Amino acid sequence: MILLWLLFIPAVGGVLAWAAGARHPDWPRWIALFVLIIDLLVALPLLSTATSSTIISSSVISPGQTAWIASFDRPWIPQLGISFELNLDGLSLVLILLTIVLGLASVIISWTEIRDRVGLFHANLLWSVTGVIGVFLALDLFLFFFFWELMLVPMYFLIALWGHEHRFYAAIKFFIFTQGSGLLMLVAILVLVFIHQHETGHFTFDYLALLGTKMSPTTAFWLMLGFFIAFAVKLPAVPFHTWLPDAHTEAPTAGSVLLAGILLKTGAYGLIRFVVPLFPDAAHAFAPVAMALGVIGILYAALLAFGQNDMKRLVAYSSVSHMGFVLLGVFAWNTLALQGVVMQMLAHGISTGALFILVGALQERIHTRDMRLMGGLWGTIPRLSAFGMMFAIASLGLPGLGNFIGEFLILLGSFHVSVPFTIIAATGLVAGAAYALLLVQRAFHGNAMPQPNAAKLIDLTAPHLAVMAVLALTIIGLGLYPQPVLDEVAPGLAVLQQDGAPSAGVSQQFVEETR
Amino acid sequence: MTAAAFVAFAPFTLLGVVTIAVMLLIAIHRSHRLTALSTIIGLAFCCIALPLAAPSTPTQVTPLFIVDGTVLFYSGLVLGSALVVAVLSYVYLDGQARGPREEYYLLLLMATLGAAVLPASIHFASFFLGLETLSISLLGLIAYVSPRDYPAEAATKYLILGGAASAFLLFGMALIYIDLGTMSFAQIGVLARAGTQLDLYRLVGVAMILTGIGFKLSLVPFHMWTPDIYEGAPAPITGFIAVVSKIAVFAVILRYFILAGGQADTALRTGLAGIAILSMLGGNLLALLQNNLKRLLAYSSIAHFGYLLVAFLAAGSLGVQAAAFYLAAYAVANLGAFGIIALLNTSGAGRDTDRIEDYRGLFRTRPFLAGSLALMLLSLAGMPPTMGFIGKFYLVVAGVGAGLFWPVAALVLGSVIGLYYYLRVLVAMAMPVPDEQTCAPTAVSPLIGNALIAILLFLLLVFGTYPAPAIALIRMTIGSTP
Repeated sequence: MILLWLLFIPAVGGVLAWAAGARHPDWPRWIALFVLIIDLLVALPLLSTATSSTIISSSVISPGQTAWIASFDRPWIPQLGISFELNLDGLSLVLILLTIVLGLASVIISWTEIRDRVGLFHANLLWSVTGVIGVFLALDLFLFFFFWELMLVPMYFLIALWGHEHRFYAAIKFFIFTQGSGLLMLVAILVLVFIHQHETGHFTFDYLALLGTKMSPTTAFWLMLGFFIAFAVKLPAVPFHTWLPDAHTEAPTAGSVLLAGILLKTGAYGLIRFVVPLFPDAAHAFAPVAMALGVIGILYAALLAFGQNDMKRLVAYSSVSHMGFVLLGVFAWNTLALQGVVMQMLAHGISTGALFILVGALQERIHTRDMRLMGGLWGTIPRLSAFGMMFAIASLGLPGLGNFIGEFLILLGSFHVSVPFTIIAATGLVAGAAYALLLVQRAFHGNAMPQPNAAKLIDLTAPHLAVMAVLALTIIGLGLYPQPVLDEVAPGLAVLQQDGAPSAGVSQQFVEETR
Repeated sequence: MTAAAFVAFAPFTLLGVVTIAVMLLIAIHRSHRLTALSTIIGLAFCCIALPLAAPSTPTQVTPLFIVDGTVLFYSGLVLGSALVVAVLSYVYLDGQARGPREEYYLLLLMATLGAAVLPASIHFASFFLGLETLSISLLGLIAYVSPRDYPAEAATKYLILGGAASAFLLFGMALIYIDLGTMSFAQIGVLARAGTQLDLYRLVGVAMILTGIGFKLSLVPFHMWTPDIYEGAPAPITGFIAVVSKIAVFAVILRYFILAGGQADTALRTGLAGIAILSMLGGNLLALLQNNLKRLLAYSSIAHFGYLLVAFLAAGSLGVQAAAFYLAAYAVANLGAFGIIALLNTSGAGRDTDRIEDYRGLFRTRPFLAGSLALMLLSLAGMPPTMGFIGKFYLVVAGVGAGLFWPVAALVLGSVIGLYYYLRVLVAMAMPVPDEQTCAPTAVSPLIGNALIAILLFLLLVFGTYPAPAIALIRMTIGSTP
């Protein structure tokens, strides 16, 4: 029941915010803030029940044991074997917490940026948070697809209505890419369901029932590909990444934060939760290709980031590069790599979200994102610049900050699977250092560029500072003491790993091939 | 006719009585409001009569008609949609003062009568009579209060092309009659299954019937008339053409192919699959080029009937249910969209408010109508949380279940293309208002119109998030009959 509340609160909050917008422009902001805090308060207690009730130390799970912290299951469309089935494990929980925290940050930083149709803006923001939480909770494949599509619509409006210059182009591109790949996934889901029906006589969309459905390797491969493409577009993995720089660059700050911080994570989550466990053998056979795509993504996107003059585009490409690590880690599919993937998702959500907030704040002040027109900003707005540098170096993977843990664990995990890929991916860290330091160098250091309104340039205000401080503390916390998070997700990952373990022959063959 | 047959056929008899009563009423006292009111009440009574007739079904009524669950569902859809069109027409015509407006409702009732009996037809005679009653009344409706300066243009096009289509249909029926000596669907099926080889007469006959139906459902390559008629007809009538007439024709052709055994014919199935793929891709691609919302919806309806053919080809109980649900979703979304176009109409403009640039800034000037239109279009695009999403999902379930690889692939591709033009309208509505003078709240749309849109919106969202009752209803009515 508590899971239903998690969804219900922001959904209703969105309606309230929309209605309140007609009365007073500030009411939706307070409503959104209030609603998300309530949602956070609902979600936080789940954290403690998880850690107290499950055995943390053992990552070995006996067959049949589950890691669900909370469940909810009601018939929804019984005629088609669809139920409203929500399940929460540690992995879902940490991602939902990230979602709510970044949602809160988005509301606060939009306080001054969004002055137009405030009610509708916050309604869309809350609804897209609802959709994402739904994606992290749904365990019925139809329900999952429902939320997967549902989160697109408000996001589309956020970009199309409150974005920058080329917002319509970017919004439509974003929508068509994700929707098209989503329909491929729908077809794959249905084929899987029909195969399952053929085998057992049950027509059901229940994930737990569909696990372990037997099918020929060829069929499994094509179905796996259908799911993989949908998630790879969302992640995004090269070569499906082209929507992302446009969408991120044109979105309003809150939109970029939600996109980078949360929506990209749904792709990674889908890979971990669905692609590998549902089609273990096919996924493991496909792993070399997927890992290669991940490595290419890391390097290629880093190179592109290096070449950008638009600060927001640089951050957007750095996202693609970081998600390459996630892809590498997921398909390495061992405990270390998966823990790294979770850490990378959290750290990337926070650091990239923070960078987008800072770019947005800068744009609000100097009305440009072009780094050629910046320089020497440290002198005029030191607090913003200091946080900028902090999150830039977090993003390049400096030890002591969360991203380092993520990348290090992923590389450590994938080293067991494929040495060449790991070595090439590690060079991506160097490329990451290059573009992150370049950003700091060009924007904050160097000679001060004459700003037209330099006199009026004000530093970060208290609300922004508070958001930045929380995000900075979180990323330092993740970097210095990541164990609680790893413990939280361990049972869930162990179950997933067990479901996603390939039949013996396949894994052996793969390890030999890549060696 | 037995007593049970009388009861079962009562909704249709009642509709005939209402038509005559309205005609007499016009002769006695001319009043737009009174005529509209009696039409609406009459249609509402017919809708109520349908579930009352349910206990005495299935019943065959003369060799021409059968009343069973399928009929109740599709005729209900037809009558309900006609009711919505009647209300919209009242709002639409109320603002226009030129000429007598009362006979419009008479034509509307006759067209509805023709459409309502089509799903019940099991004989070529009733099939053709229903279709012609529908088409000829529509002809009058299209020209009756045309929003454009040349009212006869669209009607003439419909007359000539529709006439040609009817001729094809009639000729096809005649050829089949020559071959088999019967005009009853069921007997055609029995004889066709008994015959060993495919006769040339029958082959040509079926092809000609398909051509005629292709015109009526505006499937590629018989779609040429659609955009012009949609643009030229007044918005409520465009809604009627898009929803009522197409649903009726789809229902009768579904029955014909099930009873007459066309489903088993591989050559025919391949042809239909080809038409479906062409319609899905052609309709969506051509819609990309449109700058007029009515023309855009015309091309989108071509694509939608392409999607529906996937369910048609899938056959089986799943396909039949999917088609029924999809048609219901299609009806709600299209009636909503055309209803909003009708409500936005400003009299004396020489055309409906149908260019996409007319919709700029609508979110600001008319937030309720703009929000509703956005959801209607999202439903047509198949996005949650609307009926269109569940409908499209159902179609894909049926298509994948029947292993129709290419049609399903075309459906996916078509949907992706389709998104682009639906989103274009949404984007236009979100853009800033072009000039300040139109920014002022020009007209407040009548309460009854807004209430109607609100009801459609409610259906769209409720059955989009909780479709189980709708599916249960479809299973109850259609599931019981083949």
